[in-house]
Amino acid sequence: MIEMSHVSKTYKVSKRDAGAVSALKSIFHREYEQVHALKDVSFTIQDGEMVGYIGPNGAGKSSTIKILSGILTPDEGTCLINGLNPWKDRIRHVKEIGVVFGQRSQLWWDVPVIDSYELLKDIYRIPKSVYEQNKDELTELLNLGELLRTPARQLSLGQRMRCEIAASLLHSPKILFLDEPTIGLDAVSKLAVREFILNHNKKHKTTVILTTHDMQDIEALTERIILIGKGQILLDGTIDDIKNGNENMDEALAALYQKYEI
Amino acid sequence: MWNSLQLYAHYFKIQFHSAMEYKTSFILTCIGQFLVSFNVFLGVFFMFKRFHNVSGYTYSEVMLCFGITLMEFSIAESVARGFDTFPSMIANGVFDHIMVRPRNEILQVLGQKIEFTRIGRILQAVVMFSYGIMKSGVQWSLAKVGTVLFMLLGGAALFCGIFLIYAAICFFTLEGLEIMNILTDGAREYGKYPVNIYGKKVLFICTFFVPYALIQYYPLLYLLDKGAWWYTLLPAGGFLFLLPCYGLWRLGLSHYKSVGS
Amino acid sequence: MKKYFSFFKLRFSMGLQYRTAAFAGIATQFVWGSMEILMFRAFYEADASAFPMTLQATCSYVWMQQAFLALFMAWFMENEIFDSIVDGNISYELCRPINVYDMWFARSTANRFSRAILRCFPVLIFSAFLPAPFGIMAPVSVSAFVWFLITLILGALVTIAFCMLVYMTCFFTVSSLGVRMVAVSVVEFFQGGVIPIPFFPEKLQKVMELLPFASMQNVALRIYSGDLAGVQMKKAIILQVFWLVVLVAIGKGINRLAMKKIVIQGG
Repeated sequence: MIEMSHVSKTYKVSKRDAGAVSALKSIFHREYEQVHALKDVSFTIQDGEMVGYIGPNGAGKSSTIKILSGILTPDEGTCLINGLNPWKDRIRHVKEIGVVFGQRSQLWWDVPVIDSYELLKDIYRIPKSVYEQNKDELTELLNLGELLRTPARQLSLGQRMRCEIAASLLHSPKILFLDEPTIGLDAVSKLAVREFILNHNKKHKTTVILTTHDMQDIEALTERIILIGKGQILLDGTIDDIKNGNENMDEALAALYQKYEI
Repeated sequence: MWNSLQLYAHYFKIQFHSAMEYKTSFILTCIGQFLVSFNVFLGVFFMFKRFHNVSGYTYSEVMLCFGITLMEFSIAESVARGFDTFPSMIANGVFDHIMVRPRNEILQVLGQKIEFTRIGRILQAVVMFSYGIMKSGVQWSLAKVGTVLFMLLGGAALFCGIFLIYAAICFFTLEGLEIMNILTDGAREYGKYPVNIYGKKVLFICTFFVPYALIQYYPLLYLLDKGAWWYTLLPAGGFLFLLPCYGLWRLGLSHYKSVGS
Repeated sequence: MKKYFSFFKLRFSMGLQYRTAAFAGIATQFVWGSMEILMFRAFYEADASAFPMTLQATCSYVWMQQAFLALFMAWFMENEIFDSIVDGNISYELCRPINVYDMWFARSTANRFSRAILRCFPVLIFSAFLPAPFGIMAPVSVSAFVWFLITLILGALVTIAFCMLVYMTCFFTVSSLGVRMVAVSVVEFFQGGVIPIPFFPEKLQKVMELLPFASMQNVALRIYSGDLAGVQMKKAIILQVFWLVVLVAIGKGINRLAMKKIVIQGG
């Protein structure tokens, strides 16, 4: 179970005006601006739930993911994930999670994908039998077959994303964070990825937290949606709450963004 | 510990396979590495054509010193190159991947980049070192061979420590600081001569602040029969130096966790 | 011309923005210069009669080299240019109504000069206050100073023209890194970056002075300290102009070939 309560995070960002003169000034004196990335964010996610975490760019999505995965320490508030504090018990916590950053690869560029998997096996200390079983299952369901013997740099975006997802599930994590997993994928790959996530969640009861801009992802995958804007949770409900009578998800969301002025 | 070594070996294997994917580039880079330090050698060579000795050291004695320093540096650079590319690891999010894995961060950072091309430089160090050994007229004993090995280890540790400082500072600045070049490339460049030729003040700094003299000048004096026997123990300072470096890294890491990138 | 100038301004204010980097760079250059001078002092003490220049002139040479590092160091190349060639983005440049060679040349010039202007003054001021002979000396004469400025610019242009050749080779090779490292080493050594050219044995010196590399930092730095004057100086300046013309001509030639290759192969 994930329990986040009253979490806030503020960054200090240096600012300066355009032009050479102010650049010269900024050498000696720099002004800072407080940016509230998260303001009093609270939510609870049950085991096995699948949640869509949406909001415009800069709303605080990635700060939340970073806090949940133990990379970032918030200024205020508490967070407990399966009884562990992610940033204090980071090493123990991250054993139980898998993370896919959609725009960054965790695969080694120049060696066959399978070599990256073997390394992950050592990193997570996955027992051989578990590793083999997971690898075979993922290979079959994600249709990896030949891809495993190909260097990552030769894979198409869709093929690579399938390999990335498999890489983050080799150690049977209880929670999976997907940060824009379908960005830039072609239609076939998108469908394949969605179907796989849905099935995996059903079969293994893995908790999935998904950030995306693609409303079709949300419609296909999640029942619950958390909408964040300007660092605050604006809505925590179901697809129908978002749709609010609208037919089209994108339009519905645009209407919401307008309503909250985000 | 054993487990960590195994993991490092695994990184080593992957890195090697990656490097072999680009054989031409690999070989050319090796040659490039060789040439860069060959320039430094040529500088010394031509200075000695003109001057014959400096602060009482002969050409072959300087070669011995240069060979050892270069080897210390190259070993450290091959192993700890991950720290050197650390700014880009932070910028492109590789470090975030490292943070979501249940292993020691330093081990993973080191594994991220192992620089095989430094073999070019190590090779050159070996050549100069051998030349120095043959010509310098050192009477070799077991104690002296041990001293050289100890210098290499202590020196590699010291340079690794400096690379670690470089990486730790990146947590605060998010970019590599050119000033650290003084301590890394600078030490390699100017470590070609025993540090006392640069004068008393430099020797003082290199003894008590950044202890280069402990892995270079003092034990070298012992090798050349100009120094006391206990000079041979001084390279241990290289290992002690790792402690404050590690402290700084921890500090940087907790800063990174509170600020993000 | 206007677009090149605005590029220069952009670079300048970008350079200013990285203030920690700038401070760090300047500090690095102080230490680097000081160590270099301490080394020369040790050799001077070993045998003053073997010194080919005065110690004062050598120190000035070292400080000038540090102050104008950005103008002459071959390793100061632009990764963006290499990247755009390797990943094929260069094709976009072809869509613009600008000659690729001219644009890159202007860009490198802007980069090097903006950086040098930002960085030279702290080094020059600092070294002016050092006790003689370790600091930088005043120029020997007004005319020497004027020639120094002219040859400084000429030398920087020769360096840039040479670096352009290195960029151009990337169109024809798989590994730019290797070529680059070799080129950087050769330039550094032959332009007197490791030790000034007068410190080499005489025969070698004669050959080195004819190479394009001697037309980079060597001329300006030695004119400043009075080591190069009279007929020798005039010869050196003529050689600088000669090499600048030759290198640019070769670069433009290769550029034309490379563009043909891109158009045919599609990048």
